[in-house]
Amino acid sequence: MINVKELTKRYARTTAVDHISFEVAKGQIVGFLGPNGAGKTTTMRMLTCFLPPSSGTATVAGFDVLEQPMEVKKRIGYLPETPPLYPEMETAEYLKFVGQLKGLSGAELQKRIDYVCERCAIADVRNKLLGKLSKGYRQRVGLAQAIIHNPDVLILDEPTAGLDPKQINETRDLIRSLAGSHTIILSTHILPEVEQTCEQVVIINKGKLVATDSVRNLQARARGAESILLEVGGRNGNLETSTVQQKLERVSGVSRVVCKHKVDSRAFFEVESQKGRLVRGDLARAVVESGWDLNELRPAAMSLEEVFLQLTGKDAPAEGAAAKGAQQQ
Amino acid sequence: MRNALIICQKELRSYFSSPVAYILLTMFGLIFGFFFWNSLAYFVVEGMEMQMRGSSFPMNLNEQIIRPLLQNVSVIGLFFIPMISMRLFAEEKRTGTIELLVTSPVRDLEIVLGKWLAAMALYSCLLLFTAVNFAFLFRYGNPDWKPLAVGYLGLLLQAGALLAIGTFISTLTKNQIIAGAVTFGVCLLLWVLEWVSGYDSSTWARVLAYMSVVTHFESFDRGVIDSKDTIFYATVIFLGLFFTARSMESLRWRS
Repeated sequence: MINVKELTKRYARTTAVDHISFEVAKGQIVGFLGPNGAGKTTTMRMLTCFLPPSSGTATVAGFDVLEQPMEVKKRIGYLPETPPLYPEMETAEYLKFVGQLKGLSGAELQKRIDYVCERCAIADVRNKLLGKLSKGYRQRVGLAQAIIHNPDVLILDEPTAGLDPKQINETRDLIRSLAGSHTIILSTHILPEVEQTCEQVVIINKGKLVATDSVRNLQARARGAESILLEVGGRNGNLETSTVQQKLERVSGVSRVVCKHKVDSRAFFEVESQKGRLVRGDLARAVVESGWDLNELRPAAMSLEEVFLQLTGKDAPAEGAAAKGAQQQ
Repeated sequence: MRNALIICQKELRSYFSSPVAYILLTMFGLIFGFFFWNSLAYFVVEGMEMQMRGSSFPMNLNEQIIRPLLQNVSVIGLFFIPMISMRLFAEEKRTGTIELLVTSPVRDLEIVLGKWLAAMALYSCLLLFTAVNFAFLFRYGNPDWKPLAVGYLGLLLQAGALLAIGTFISTLTKNQIIAGAVTFGVCLLLWVLEWVSGYDSSTWARVLAYMSVVTHFESFDRGVIDSKDTIFYATVIFLGLFFTARSMESLRWRS
């Protein structure tokens, strides 16, 4: 549905987006991830025909953003970082205006307005001035505006920024429910958001593509070996962490043991195993046989956050490999 | 064209759902009302004096009231036009709503045209105030309506030219005050350029004077539709809107 090839945006002194390539299949939700200033907004603006690319191509639903911007614009719903609302307009009036701009009219327009009002839960503010709405409502009106013409592609720039936790969840649910019938790209710098909402991630940093993959693969790829969290307790009220650490290190298959922290006589360890070795049973036995309590033992799924830091961090060995992997796809 | 009308409608709604339109209308109504009352009072006093002297020289409403008043409106307009045009693009750029317009399937020229039409419509509303005053002349006197109609046409053309320039300036900044101030400066300059013809008749002076929007209004206030002046205004309108559309395009390359 969306096809980006070697997309580049150069300004006078900086290169905001540097040869980015990725693809998005129909009906997918893709998370566009990167720290602030990574070039997310610039890329999205190029996809929506707001900014022309310096070089490279981008096609949306088969139409090139430079050659046939009108066709692209018809098929895209766009929610910029700040919802583009006119404070002196009422919600319904505003949606009508946007609908007309997108080419709707008459009964169809009315039907769509009713539909998006219900879908985005803004029916109760239909006759309120946009300038008087709370942040959550403004965001949802922004979203309603983006889907009013039932576009094939939805581009959402940080749709949950500035919302409270309840609103964030509602907005995520709404976005998830829109997938399938719409192809969605959403940008964010909040990682759990991607884990919760998206099927695929595109990570960019300083204008360069760092990785593009499914959320699950990405977690797995960065993990490499299994990592296990252990909580060990001393029976008689004291516990020497260094002794426990030595004991754990001696278990075969263990590559690294880190003591995370210690509370009274309980200590928390993170144990990394070598690839392909199952060490959980041995670890448990080692702890119990030494006379300590094994309070907890669980595999630590690496969060996307760690993956992200690993990929965008300066000393990231995975960066080159991941980017190469991404380009091969 | 449909899109231009949608945008025009929206702009008009913005003018009239904020205090802008009402303040402009009130101020213009007050100022013009004073001018009208002033020249009417003068006309009446003069008329009485003439009767006392027994002069048979006919008094003429068109020449003595309508024509000077139209000239006044043309100058007052210079002060009001920046206030009409300054928000057109500057406001959209500041609040980010320009992103909505530009990413909608609408041509740049349609956006520009819609906004300019809305500004013209508001200016026409100002002119309606003058029409209310002039209506009294028709009720109690017997002026000729044709020169007045031509005068209105001239005012609309002049305002169209200045509004096109103002719209262009509004695309250059995010700040309404800057847009307003620069437009006001340009309007003022285009008015006083004419003064050079008072003491200088070299080619340069003639060119400068020709560029003054006010010189081109003189034929209209006499009740004459001069094709030369009509074409001048039409050219400025066209160029102004053309540059506005270009400026919108460059907005994307630069931003």
